[in-house]
Amino acid sequence: MGTPLRQITSPRSAGGLALRLFPAVTLAVFLAPVAAGLVATALPAFGYLPALGGHQVGGAPWQRLLATPGFWTSVHLTVQSGLLATVLALAIVIGFCSAMHDTRLFRRTQVILSPLLATPHVAVAIGLAFLIAPAGWVSRLFSPGLTGWQRPPDLAIVHDAAGLSFVLGLLLKEVPYLMFMTLSALNQIRSAETLVAARSLGYPPAAAWLKTVLPQIYPQIRLPVYAVLAFSMSVVDVAVVLAPTNPPPLSTLVFRMFTDRDLALVFPACAGACLQLLLVVVTLGVWRAGELVFPVLTRRWLTAGGTTKTGGGLRGMWAAVMGTMVAFSIMGTLSLAVWSFAQTWFYPRALPAAWTLSHWERHAADLAGPGLTTLATGFAAALLSLVLSLGCLQNERVNGLGSAARALWLLYTPLLVPQIAFLFGAQMLLVRMDLDGTWIALIWSHLLFVFPYVFLSLADPWRSFDLRYRNSALALTGSPLRTFLRIELPLMGKPALFALAIGFAVSVGQYLPTIFAGGGRFSTLTVEAVTLSSGSDPRVTGIYALVQAGLPLLVYMLAIAYPAWRYRHRKGMG
Amino acid sequence: MKRLLFALVFLGWATAQSQEIPDAWPGVLEKARGQTVYFNAWAGDENTNAFIAWVGQRVRAEHGIELKHVKITLTSEAVARVVAEKAAGRHTGGSIDLIWINGENFLAMKEQGLLFGPFTQRLPNTSLVDTVGKPTTVIDFTVPVDGLESPWRMAQVVYAYDSARLQNPPRSIPAMLDWARRNPGRITHPRVRNFLGSTFLKQALHELADDPQVLLSPATETTFIPVTAPLWRWYEQLKPTLWRKGEQFPETGPAMRQLLADGEIDIMISFNPNEASTAIGKGILPDSVRTFVLEKGTIGNTSFVAIPSNAAHKEGAMAVANFLLSPESQAHAMHPNTMGNFTVLDLNRLTPADRKRFEDLPRGVATLSAAELGRPLLEPHPSWMNRIVDEWERRYAK
Repeated sequence: MGTPLRQITSPRSAGGLALRLFPAVTLAVFLAPVAAGLVATALPAFGYLPALGGHQVGGAPWQRLLATPGFWTSVHLTVQSGLLATVLALAIVIGFCSAMHDTRLFRRTQVILSPLLATPHVAVAIGLAFLIAPAGWVSRLFSPGLTGWQRPPDLAIVHDAAGLSFVLGLLLKEVPYLMFMTLSALNQIRSAETLVAARSLGYPPAAAWLKTVLPQIYPQIRLPVYAVLAFSMSVVDVAVVLAPTNPPPLSTLVFRMFTDRDLALVFPACAGACLQLLLVVVTLGVWRAGELVFPVLTRRWLTAGGTTKTGGGLRGMWAAVMGTMVAFSIMGTLSLAVWSFAQTWFYPRALPAAWTLSHWERHAADLAGPGLTTLATGFAAALLSLVLSLGCLQNERVNGLGSAARALWLLYTPLLVPQIAFLFGAQMLLVRMDLDGTWIALIWSHLLFVFPYVFLSLADPWRSFDLRYRNSALALTGSPLRTFLRIELPLMGKPALFALAIGFAVSVGQYLPTIFAGGGRFSTLTVEAVTLSSGSDPRVTGIYALVQAGLPLLVYMLAIAYPAWRYRHRKGMG
Repeated sequence: MKRLLFALVFLGWATAQSQEIPDAWPGVLEKARGQTVYFNAWAGDENTNAFIAWVGQRVRAEHGIELKHVKITLTSEAVARVVAEKAAGRHTGGSIDLIWINGENFLAMKEQGLLFGPFTQRLPNTSLVDTVGKPTTVIDFTVPVDGLESPWRMAQVVYAYDSARLQNPPRSIPAMLDWARRNPGRITHPRVRNFLGSTFLKQALHELADDPQVLLSPATETTFIPVTAPLWRWYEQLKPTLWRKGEQFPETGPAMRQLLADGEIDIMISFNPNEASTAIGKGILPDSVRTFVLEKGTIGNTSFVAIPSNAAHKEGAMAVANFLLSPESQAHAMHPNTMGNFTVLDLNRLTPADRKRFEDLPRGVATLSAAELGRPLLEPHPSWMNRIVDEWERRYAK
């Protein structure tokens, strides 16, 4: 991409100095508790936790962990489903973009996918299970007519031993997320011009995209891809709904140990949490190695002439793949809705035998409290994350600190460490400071997980910002603050609002942080939904999952609609 | 920062000084007024949640107590929380005031000294409890309660079945195996780390063991293998005939109930004799579902509430525990539209007016009478359950 333009050095101002504080403050807010959480996890992993009678340091917890029945299957499942979900998600996004980038459908992708992105993982997973289970809606729609089934077939579709439905459930969320990141990144490069040039040289559209746009895009979506990989390997709630159970993936195994009635299991649980971290780090390393090897292997193809065949069939296939993903999500959500109005709905009826509003009436009042807590926490965490992210990124730009950018890598720690292990230590810290069960603790705990996503979403578009805008504005106004507020922020409004919406959605989906830091004193829609889903009245689960999905959806729609409306008269900004 | 920490520690100490609990009951109620009681209770059952909400309204009206139901998915979460607080050195002002508890969680907390008390003898309504006819109100899974937890409802194993698909359910453990062989894939149990899953195995062990009396003492290396051998012989044959060939299990009891509703299975185990009736009333189960117990009887136990030793609002917690034992609350809980579980009280100790509350109660369509249920069998010592779960995982988790 050539040497970046040297920016005009701004005068030493108070603002520039204040900006310098952002990385420090951010690191303090995050790193200290993260470090404490890690230490508090690592110590019991080697046997030290006096409160539970652990005074002898040694490898016993690890031996106990390794002796856990089904342990290696769990590890294998974790790595396999994590990698599979990430590779497939990336392949679908790249395949779809390369094949569809010049279609009308592509320009509307963002709008079509936003509901999928907004829906919390658990709601998607529950909806998918409602849909594809042997007694699920699909089976009901075709039974007994086409299948002849009077009873659900004895098939392990959900919780299948290979973890395929688990991977599918992850894909339904990861594909929209990567797609959004890719679309945001596409706004930052001159893909249209590059493509015109490539195609005028005779490359077919898909090949042109893969050879000229992808190499520019991938560095910008690298961090989101890492986040997807780490998330897929350590998620608990989706795994509980869809993954194999006997044994489950490592994350669920560890989670079960932490919540087991046998308190001695805290030791191997901590060891398992450390191992999970190790697994994630190693897998990320393997992925990184793959990133380095891949261009070497494909160099011949990348630089070869444009003779690759890409027909309409390819385009149809990718549209179908993406369409299926959308259909699964929408039908899953719809089945939540149908259940929430069902009076009685026994197999194999395609629709409930009787409908009722009574479930909604009964739960309307109960929804208000958790709904408000969800809103307040979500907005507080997302806004704080946005401010911190903007501060850090602007500091990077103004004060040009490359090392600070590297230090910010540490902020991704919350995305790499399994939540449960991390929170165990963090909770102890909060209790010591008498902060557990307060709003501060709740919002901070959400911030840990919200901030990285907001930062990840914002960082690459921000860093790709064409500095000539800023330099011109600085030259004209002489004020870094005005330049920031009048030029940089509005030009970055779209990614900033996305980041806010993503942050809100991430907060809405948090289960374990709410439980741990909230001290059980705060109930959010997710807590209610997960708790009720263990009660398995699909009608009540449907209500909570729907409302839980609805809130972030609303915020997403606003995040998309607002810039489009606000900048409707300005080309390229809407 | 150091100064702040010091101030916080001092504040904690100052609060600790005023935490003397009055001796006389009116004094306890006096202090309880205005307190907020955080009640950590498993929230997987909507009827129970509604009942707890009702209790909240009543104690607010009666005693000026704000009852907050902290909804948890596993009781061990609350236990772990108290452990974490203890680990962090919080010996007063803890975040949990009251826990719904019994069995192995009670044993764990009792053994680690995490419970406040004995306190039950200070509750006026404790005198109404039927400790003779319902011995599980004072002996919890063979562990003496010692006044550290207060009973609030009875539970007993029943099996629910769909009479539209199955006319004569098997009424013994061996008969269940024969039936399952003839009808493969029609029965299952929740995963064994769920209390209902382990109860399924415990119930079988109780019937198959040569001498069930052994189960009342802690399991040891020497007793466990011979005593449970018949159980594993039975289960080894049953497992391939279970739903999903015994390779998959529902996460929880309610998840299993949904399988019965969907027609995936024909028989399920339940720890609430009224669960089927309530579920029929709400359209969750077909109205053809009925319940049965085994000819040789089924295991029963009692649900309790306990107060952690570091609870911030012990007086309020005691007042709630006492209200749960009141005839009003017990009769309300026993109504089939509420929860339908049996009372822990001795009806002979009640006033005629209070007794009438119970005599007037209707019975659910799928609920057995007390006579049909029979006298519940005693729960084995928690160590049996822990070892059975470990052994099951050793054998079958791959």
